[in-house]
Amino acid sequence: MSNKMHIKLNVNGKDEEFLAEPRELLIYTLRERLNITGPHIGCETSHCGACTMTIDGKSVKACTMFVAQASGKSVTTIEGLGGPDDLHPLQSAFKEHHGLQCGYCTPGMITRAAKLLEENPNPSEEEIRFGMAGNICRCTGYQNIVKSIQAAATEMNAAKEAAE
Amino acid sequence: MKDEVTSREDRVANLKGMGCSRKRVEDARFTQGKGNYVDDIKLDGMLFGDFVRSPYAHARIKSIDTAAALEVPGVLAVLTADDLRPLGLHWMPTLAGDKQMVLADGKVLFQGQEVAFVVAEDRYAAADGIELVEVDYEELPVIVDPFEALQSDVVLREDLVAEDGSIPDGAHGPRKHHNHIFTWEAGDKAPTEEVIANAEVVAEESMYYHRTHPCPLETCGCVASMDKVNGKLTLWGTFQAPHAIRTVVSLISGIEEHNIRVISPDIGGGFGNKVGAYPGYVCSVVASIVTGKPVKWIEDRMDNLMTTAFARDYHMTGKISATKDGKITGLHCHVTADHGGFDACADPTKFPAGFMNICTGSYDIPTAFLEVDGVYTNKAPGGVSYRCSFRVTEAVYFIERMIEVLAIKLDMDAAELRRINFIKKEQFPYTAALGWEYDSGDYHTAWDKALKAVDYEGLRAEQAQRVEDFKAGKTRKLMGIGLSFFTEIVGAGPVKNCDILGLGMFDSCEIRIHPTGSAIARLGTISQGQGHATTFAQILASEIGLPADSITIEEGDTDTAPYGLGTYGSRSTPVAGAATAMAGRKIRAKAQMIAAYLLEVHDNDVEFDVDRFVVKGAPEKFKTMKEIAFAAYNQAIPGIEPGLEAVSYYDPPNMTYPFGAYVCVMDIDVDTGVTEIRRFYALDDCGTRINPMIIEGQVHGGLTEALAVALGQEIAYDDMGNVKTGTLMDFFLPTAWEVPNYETDFTVTPSPHHPIGAKGVGESPHVGGVPCFSNAVQDAFRPFGNTHTNMPHDHWRIWRTANELGLHD
Repeated sequence: MSNKMHIKLNVNGKDEEFLAEPRELLIYTLRERLNITGPHIGCETSHCGACTMTIDGKSVKACTMFVAQASGKSVTTIEGLGGPDDLHPLQSAFKEHHGLQCGYCTPGMITRAAKLLEENPNPSEEEIRFGMAGNICRCTGYQNIVKSIQAAATEMNAAKEAAE
Repeated sequence: MKDEVTSREDRVANLKGMGCSRKRVEDARFTQGKGNYVDDIKLDGMLFGDFVRSPYAHARIKSIDTAAALEVPGVLAVLTADDLRPLGLHWMPTLAGDKQMVLADGKVLFQGQEVAFVVAEDRYAAADGIELVEVDYEELPVIVDPFEALQSDVVLREDLVAEDGSIPDGAHGPRKHHNHIFTWEAGDKAPTEEVIANAEVVAEESMYYHRTHPCPLETCGCVASMDKVNGKLTLWGTFQAPHAIRTVVSLISGIEEHNIRVISPDIGGGFGNKVGAYPGYVCSVVASIVTGKPVKWIEDRMDNLMTTAFARDYHMTGKISATKDGKITGLHCHVTADHGGFDACADPTKFPAGFMNICTGSYDIPTAFLEVDGVYTNKAPGGVSYRCSFRVTEAVYFIERMIEVLAIKLDMDAAELRRINFIKKEQFPYTAALGWEYDSGDYHTAWDKALKAVDYEGLRAEQAQRVEDFKAGKTRKLMGIGLSFFTEIVGAGPVKNCDILGLGMFDSCEIRIHPTGSAIARLGTISQGQGHATTFAQILASEIGLPADSITIEEGDTDTAPYGLGTYGSRSTPVAGAATAMAGRKIRAKAQMIAAYLLEVHDNDVEFDVDRFVVKGAPEKFKTMKEIAFAAYNQAIPGIEPGLEAVSYYDPPNMTYPFGAYVCVMDIDVDTGVTEIRRFYALDDCGTRINPMIIEGQVHGGLTEALAVALGQEIAYDDMGNVKTGTLMDFFLPTAWEVPNYETDFTVTPSPHHPIGAKGVGESPHVGGVPCFSNAVQDAFRPFGNTHTNMPHDHWRIWRTANELGLHD
């Protein structure tokens, strides 16, 4: 196919430029072209949230978004949240409170939860459950995911307070 | 070597052995997006394969034209049954003794069946190719109802009917009809019928345990890579039983087993869905051989829901008899089991209906009879025991519903009816009427603890008041109290009676201690999220006295792991966990001899204490396991080989029988059918507890899958065999919004035959949870004359029940 488009993305702080077919999905671009394999494919209908990432400040499910729609935008995946030496508080909290089992939903869960806490630093349990309802987990039953997010919120707020 | 940890308490804490809630070692990679699932695997020149699937549930294939597809840039090959036939790979054996088409051979038997395999440079080219494969179908009559199948003249499996029209025996004996697969019986028919005929009270009920799907978040897939230079085939995949897959691949491909390496990398949930062998695996291997390049095949969600291993689809009819004061005297159960187009169930070979014969449940039922008829229909094949051990979910649902129905008949409290019929503590080991020997149990203690924890009497009083208020028009919400008591039968299993494809269901562990006192242990199982790397290290830490943090657990690579039958049916802890303990004990026995030599005393004069061997009566004289490990590699010890390694292949003497007591409190809006779970209490007894944090997590997850099955999840077909629930738009998976918080509790009744007394827990909450949620719904309607309604209890069905009971006037 010859009708390729010129795409520019900023992924986890790094500028990327390439040609892609208009029908190429963003999750495919990230996983196959850029080797960003943290976001996973679970449903291909935007129901499960395993591919959740932040695009220009909003939580987006990349399995139904064309890469062309993301051109010029800034994308953050789990890989951009924190690494071995600077873990995001959510990454530590999920481990501490057993917020994962098989780990397949976890990158999407944590990426979504990070955005949720950015928008609402003190969510109630109900707000967490509602705010996370776009992400499906088949293993944990969510109880410990909620607990992990609550714990991360507490820690992030304390750190913020200490910094002020 | 300096031993910095000195007090015994510190030494125990440092070990992180059994009983502590050790944090999971797996989580670092998963929380940072560094898991290595099969779709993350990339190899140079790798191709991608995808299927052309049948739009019809039953049709003859008149022709397949692949020419246009092969013209698509990037498409390298299109395989059909004609290409596989010369290799003898157009059909493959199923785990249940049947055979199954790999690619449609002359006809299709279910919607979504694999018709052709398109191999291309990437997924997009494969998708383009699929669109252009032209298949000419001739539609045939569709049968989706197993009862109709047994009456119909339409022959679904022409390959299983002789030319003269006679019906040869199947893998499990005589077949009654051309669409009949097997009849399987357990127990005593005539005495059971006699007891029921003469009983003071008999309750009867028919129930349909609907077709559902395990639906792990990661679909099934594989990467096949044939290296023609060294003759070695490497197959990565979402396999719950990598060794068994290797044996199957070897048997059907003719490639010698030592030339096949099967690797299960990280797996994104299994729940039974990833036990079986699927056409995608075979086609990927063939495509890799044909093209000389690695080939990846990954299902999409629609493929997964439509074509890979479903669960349940049991039509069950029961009769239960009792004295008028509630002592159960007999149980009769008949099942019509819808297996779809091929019998590809993943049950041990000798049990065509799995362990359905635990349908007498937790009760001392003296006489029982079970009969299961397996039937072919135009639905997808591959029935699995979704988050249970071989049909125990169906069995427990059946008996827990029969108990409720009997309680209604007797006008008795269902909790009390259970109590007076439980197998008593002193009756263990208990041989049930349908043959299994339960290892240990203390049901009364668990039940009393559960009822007390929820204030059962208070709940019943509140419920009675709610009914009064409802009748008085003060509320439109009913209250249901769901009860269930279950016994699982896990740890398959003893080689004498459990095998898959003739492979006995033992499991294994191989341990190597390194000179510096760290270790690696490899097992025949494979974690799909259960935290094996964490818990098996805990077992070993307690057994050999090296800290769990110094022990690596490795699974899933057939080139390095000892042969084992994999992870499903909650068999990892009961079987591989036992192998781990036994291999650990071999290490400890050798360590004891080394310690005695180093301490210059007799073997019997040293004893093991947490992390060291100590001279009896002289606690200041000891050698730590770390010191012993080093000595094993650097000293010539008379009569002892250097090194410190052990392997154990463990054949369990019996299954293990974890049990539990669950209570659900539910509010139901009669006008909308909406359910709200106010409280869920789950007491599990899984014997010795290895990691309480992980056990609790397993309980939360199992209950949530139970909630889904009971309250909304179903694989539904229309009359034409079209799957109506092929995406997550239609197939209910609960989110954080629908799921309650659970209260977990426990008692501990160790298994007497397991080396560490552990029984396994992963599936218990699902087995006990489904009837508990269902009983809560049905209990809410009991005061209005309801005896039984079928799952799934979605809002529409609940509304309909309320309507049928006249509650909408």
